[in-house]
Amino acid sequence: MSRVDTDWRLELRGVTKVFQRDQLQVHALGPLDLRVADGEFVSIIGPSGCGKSTLLDMIAGLEQPTSGEIWLDGAPAPYRLGKVAYMHQRDLLLPWRTVLENAIVPLEVKRIPRRQAIERAMPWLRRFGLAEFASRYPAQLSGGMRQRAAFLRTLPTQCPLVLLDEPFGALDALTRSSMQEWLLMLWEDLDRTVILVTHDVEEAVLLSDRVVVLSQCPGTIVTDQAFVSLKARLLAALRRQPTLGVVTDDA
Amino acid sequence: MTECCRALSSSQLFAWELACRAFAVPDWVLPPPSAILAALLRDYRLLLVHLSVTMSEIGLGLIVSIVLAIVLAIGIVASRLIERSVYPLVVASQAIPIVALAPLLLIWFGYGLTPKVIVVVLICFFPIAVNMVDGLRGVDHELIDTVRSLGASKWQTLRFVRLPAALPAFFSGLRVAAAVSVIGALIGESIGASAGLGYLMIRAAAPFHTDHVFAAVLVSALVSIALFASVTWLERQTLPWRTRPRTEP
Repeated sequence: MSRVDTDWRLELRGVTKVFQRDQLQVHALGPLDLRVADGEFVSIIGPSGCGKSTLLDMIAGLEQPTSGEIWLDGAPAPYRLGKVAYMHQRDLLLPWRTVLENAIVPLEVKRIPRRQAIERAMPWLRRFGLAEFASRYPAQLSGGMRQRAAFLRTLPTQCPLVLLDEPFGALDALTRSSMQEWLLMLWEDLDRTVILVTHDVEEAVLLSDRVVVLSQCPGTIVTDQAFVSLKARLLAALRRQPTLGVVTDDA
Repeated sequence: MTECCRALSSSQLFAWELACRAFAVPDWVLPPPSAILAALLRDYRLLLVHLSVTMSEIGLGLIVSIVLAIVLAIGIVASRLIERSVYPLVVASQAIPIVALAPLLLIWFGYGLTPKVIVVVLICFFPIAVNMVDGLRGVDHELIDTVRSLGASKWQTLRFVRLPAALPAFFSGLRVAAAVSVIGALIGESIGASAGLGYLMIRAAAPFHTDHVFAAVLVSALVSIALFASVTWLERQTLPWRTRPRTEP
């Protein structure tokens, strides 16, 4: 690949993370160098405790690297909060807000008037099959629907980079595979760059263009494999299955 | 359960009535329930006048308590300096014996509404503030991180996450405050007043109008129960997400 620097949506340059715990220094991560192109779907897999979630926290701007730099869109981005969409394993919907009200939180944070925010969010709700549940509270939804609502929350802001931290880890196997199919179809239509953290190799291979494997503490990149062509073939094979494309609910 | 309680309390009332009559207890020592009820019905106008005074003291006191408690709680959670300087004072305020303070309030503020409202506030703001502090602190940190990752400011984090998350704790505190607020008003009135249920109790006790004392006690107990119930009702209205039944689609 011969791209100029400005084409990278995300760049990690020698990023490390060291936690100070009492007198103990825990070298959690790095040094890491990673480049993610615009529109790529990259999975990061590794054993638990390899600092995957710390890595996403840093990219999202919730944590700062101990050393190294994080670049967004070809420029150093020391302040990243609000520029990257981040979704956790737990749905983390605000329990006192309905599905619709949860979907507009990112827009409200950006001080977009409520009515306008609702207008922007409603098409997404329809597309996600959540329109009829717009006025339900999270506790009234099934796990798969809550996860979908949480994912929906990352979209109306138009953040080009979406981080997913084991988004389907808490779901049962059946719901999980239907959600994976659903995410795959959705991502095909969306022009987003996705970084998915998982410990499930199958999930990583199924969903992504590229898989990055992190080592045990401190997490460093063991291998970085792109298989775009393989994925295209897999997708074509998947498409021939009659069940695909129908989002089955997990009721 | 309610049936059982009702049967028990009515049988107790009956026993009370029976005992008063059987042992010929004079009315000024212990009036039977029938005499209390008769006093209540006979002098309901008088009771209503004094009730309205007490209610306005409680109402004002509760409003001031809520505002004060919320402001204090936010300050305590937001700043270590405020926490260290103000929180001990908040706790210390509960060590002041109200009975000792009330005459001072009388000297400073006179016989009017103000000293009673201050006593109500002293009793009521504490449970609200302490619960609110715990509520604001006990917020799921990942919820805060989620909103923070969206680029929310400190104020927005408060508005979108901390305050709504603290509401159930706030209502717990308010329920306690509502139930004890009546005591505050009665203490305030018993020290020096020209109206109110507490004043009525003192004035009726002096000439041994015991039935009036009991009638006033009954009314203030009902006020306490009514306030508690209204806070519970308000909580249900404000927090539909906690009470709405879980329906699996």
